[in-house]
Amino acid sequence: MKIKKYLPTILLIIAAAGLIVVGIALKQPQSVLEKAVKICMECIGIG
Amino acid sequence: MADNKKIRLAIQGVATLIQNANLKGFFEGKIYTGPGKKICVPGLNCYSCPGAIGSCPIGSLQTFLTKFKIKIPYYVVGLLLFFAAFLGRAVCGFLCPFGMIQELINLIPFPVKKNRFKGDKALRYLKYAILAACVIILPICFKLTPFFCKYICPSGTIAGIILAITDSAIASKLGAIFTWKVIILISILFSSLIIWRPFCKYICPLGAIYSLFNRVSLIRLKVDENKCINCGKCAKACKMCVDPVKTPNSGECIRCMDCAKACPEHAITLNVTEIKSHSGKDERIKGEQ
Ligand code: SF4
Ligand code: SF4
Repeated sequence: MKIKKYLPTILLIIAAAGLIVVGIALKQPQSVLEKAVKICMECIGIG
Repeated sequence: MADNKKIRLAIQGVATLIQNANLKGFFEGKIYTGPGKKICVPGLNCYSCPGAIGSCPIGSLQTFLTKFKIKIPYYVVGLLLFFAAFLGRAVCGFLCPFGMIQELINLIPFPVKKNRFKGDKALRYLKYAILAACVIILPICFKLTPFFCKYICPSGTIAGIILAITDSAIASKLGAIFTWKVIILISILFSSLIIWRPFCKYICPLGAIYSLFNRVSLIRLKVDENKCINCGKCAKACKMCVDPVKTPNSGECIRCMDCAKACPEHAITLNVTEIKSHSGKDERIKGEQ
């Protein structure tokens, strides 16, 4: 496998993993959950 | 050989079912509130849909940007980049429920079916404008208003229709915005009768994000230069109007593999282990024109 051609992909995966880790450390999944467990009035066209 | 269209449709169906596995929610008119909603799904699937067991990435992105004190959405951006790095727009071709809905509607016979028309290329840029304006800039400028969700998203409208049918309290609150969103939904569904995936081509901000990474995603299209006879059958077969010989990793390619099926030389494959440069070939094609 030509690693050079996959370098951007590998870097992207590393960057994505880093961002996810930072987000989890900042408890961002909890914010996603808080928004998603209530019916979103804007989404359904009321708000 | 099994028909690749049928296989893809089966994968789309299973993916839609998995992302909407809270089936009892459809009957009770209640949404799922479990921990699954901490995770964003890869496709456009409203988190207010009674079946949804995960969160919509575009809705979640706006959640962080519409706060009075804006939070940088590390987690959601990380998940989006993760899906983009592995799958690119293969998410659109295989995993997105709204992509599947449009494809199913396009199967309905209709006197006019048109994929190539004047202005199509220019219209493709609209989705990037919607991503920048409705998902990022306007939500930041007008706090508490997720513009894309509120004024455009057809997935949310479908969720609203399902909830309104099952919950009279919600039905009684529907007003002008809902009417506007239903008009948008009907327009998209009607256009899908004529054009293949009009929402994906021209409007979807999630497709716009993934398209930016199609070139570097792990799943890419490979055209074997030694086998290709330049007959053009692949480009003709592509309903996203991509010429896979010239631009195998175009941001518009959803990896549906219709081109591969049309190729008489079996020159097109999905290749995740080897990427070939097509620049030399592009030059040759340009020279021949
Ligand atoms: S472009 Fe958007 S709606 Fe279409 S398949 Fe991709 S994510 Fe889904
Ligand atoms: S180039 Fe091939 S795989 Fe890509 S969208 Fe067109 S037909 Fe599908």
